[in-house]
Amino acid sequence: MARRAGGLYVGLMVRFTSVGLRYAPPAGSSDPGVGQDVLADLSFELPAGSFHWLLGPSGAGKSSLLRLMQLALRPSRGEVEVLGTVTSRARRQDMPALRRRIGVVFQDFRLLPHLSAFDNIALPLRIAGRAELALRADVTEMLRWVGLETKAESLPPELSGGEQQRIAIGRAVAMRPALLLADEPTGNLDAVQSRRVLSLLQEMHRMGTTVVVATHSESLVNAYPGPALRLARGRLER
Amino acid sequence: MPGEATSTVTASRWASRRPVLRRGHGRDPLGLRQALLGPLLPAVALAMTLLAALALGGAAGAQALALRWQQGAAAAVTVQLPDMEAPRLARTLAALRELPDLVDARPMDQDRLAALLRPWLGEVPALPLPPILELRFDPLPDNPEGLALRIISVVPGATVETQGVWVARLVALAQRVRGTALAAVALVGLLAVGVVMVGIRAGLAARQDVIVILHDLGATDGDIANRFAGRVALLCGLGGLTGLLLAVPVLLAFGGLAAPLMGRMPVVRLAELPWQTLPWLLLAGLPLLMAGLGWATAELTVRSWLKRLP
Ligand SMILES: Nc1ncnc2c1ncn2[C@@H]1O[C@H](COP(=O)(O)OP(=O)(O)OP(=O)(O)O)[C@@H](O)[C@H]1O
Ligand SMILES: [Mg+2]
Repeated sequence: MARRAGGLYVGLMVRFTSVGLRYAPPAGSSDPGVGQDVLADLSFELPAGSFHWLLGPSGAGKSSLLRLMQLALRPSRGEVEVLGTVTSRARRQDMPALRRRIGVVFQDFRLLPHLSAFDNIALPLRIAGRAELALRADVTEMLRWVGLETKAESLPPELSGGEQQRIAIGRAVAMRPALLLADEPTGNLDAVQSRRVLSLLQEMHRMGTTVVVATHSESLVNAYPGPALRLARGRLER
Repeated sequence: MPGEATSTVTASRWASRRPVLRRGHGRDPLGLRQALLGPLLPAVALAMTLLAALALGGAAGAQALALRWQQGAAAAVTVQLPDMEAPRLARTLAALRELPDLVDARPMDQDRLAALLRPWLGEVPALPLPPILELRFDPLPDNPEGLALRIISVVPGATVETQGVWVARLVALAQRVRGTALAAVALVGLLAVGVVMVGIRAGLAARQDVIVILHDLGATDGDIANRFAGRVALLCGLGGLTGLLLAVPVLLAFGGLAAPLMGRMPVVRLAELPWQTLPWLLLAGLPLLMAGLGWATAELTVRSWLKRLP
């Protein structure tokens, strides 16, 4: 990759210190049992440029942990530090700039259904205020990288699950993020597609991006061994 | 990833294939151009502008009428005296000054009298004008007819004209109409803000998922609020413009009906409509005001809604 918007980040990418998370009970619910701790007592560090698996059974809290790293949630307890910023001390208006340096592949893709594949990948660039002309080359490059240059005009509902997954990866990577988080990126893909997605993520890692991939598929980890964070019922296993 | 050169070539070939409509769409990630706020906002802005324009036009008209009548009816009661010599005139004046609630009694200036009569009599300097007394009362007499009889008993042979009392009452009424109309404009503004707020909240609810995605991708509150506000301002401004276009003929027609009251000829041709009497600057400001109101309401509503996201 020629350009690198976020810049190479050296040092510690992510640091969690005694982090706990509890979702607010739904409005109107007075049942005290509802507000259970989803994550508890998480402390770990991810150096810049590292690749980590995030493993654990369904419901262990993998997506919740990724949402904390992505700054889409604030922890109920403890400190989350991402890209050198301690989020509890950061001002709210400083968060968007941080989020733009973090790419996320959501478990449910979260593509905008009324925007074409091209416009979905262009979205983070447009949010960052890139000029339309410069952005076009980048997005086209991205589309080719994920192998979907012929589907640029397709709307997400017209794409297969695997194709949507690759568009989601293209969108996550378009800003050349310093930190790339992928939540179950091979969840509904066949073996060929899974390998393809994994090799895209590993390519990002080779180019210096810090990558965290959440999955409950042990076979995937066996095929691509690497360091792992293991979650069980909201706690880290060592 | 391949080098720059090839990707640029592909991009431009690809860009030329790209339909223009689609490209605009990409800059509307919130899909606000679709039925998001529906026809609600323009319709509300249209109705509000129409009401406000009518109220403003009514206020201006009432004020013009009040001014006009005040000039014509400087005195509440005029007394046309029979011919008499100076000493008797002085005695008559002294007697009239004893009337209750009278604040002023004076002979009407001959120049002013000539000016008042000019529309009816034309420029006739030779015509001898009768001596006329102007009487002013505060408060206005409750029973003008009784007052007239009483004046005639004091000055036998006098002609008493009490329509000024009615004119003065109409002026007071016109002023009250004007105040009410301006209050109505303020109320209309408040209602507009309320309805726009409801429309925006509906839009926020309908686009909640998309807004959260944009927020997670690093959009600032300002980015999202400005998109809403720009769209809402456009819709409100267009609705306001339509409302204004509908209001102007109505106002002109009212003005035409009121022309005789203003001392002008009844309207028979389009050019005779009271084009100059409408408060054009105020009216032209209404669509802009609607757009501004929509913009500010959207900014406040969306920004306060976004506070729920981290
Ligand atoms: N928005 C939310 N509100 C309340 N509870 C939630 C919310 N999101 C997740 N949870 C709860 O938090 C726990 C962990 O959920 P999470 O999605 O993080 O698990 P996961 O490890 O990603 O599971 P999976 O492998 O199935 O995706 C679950 O018990 C879930 O019910
Ligand atoms: Mg999950």
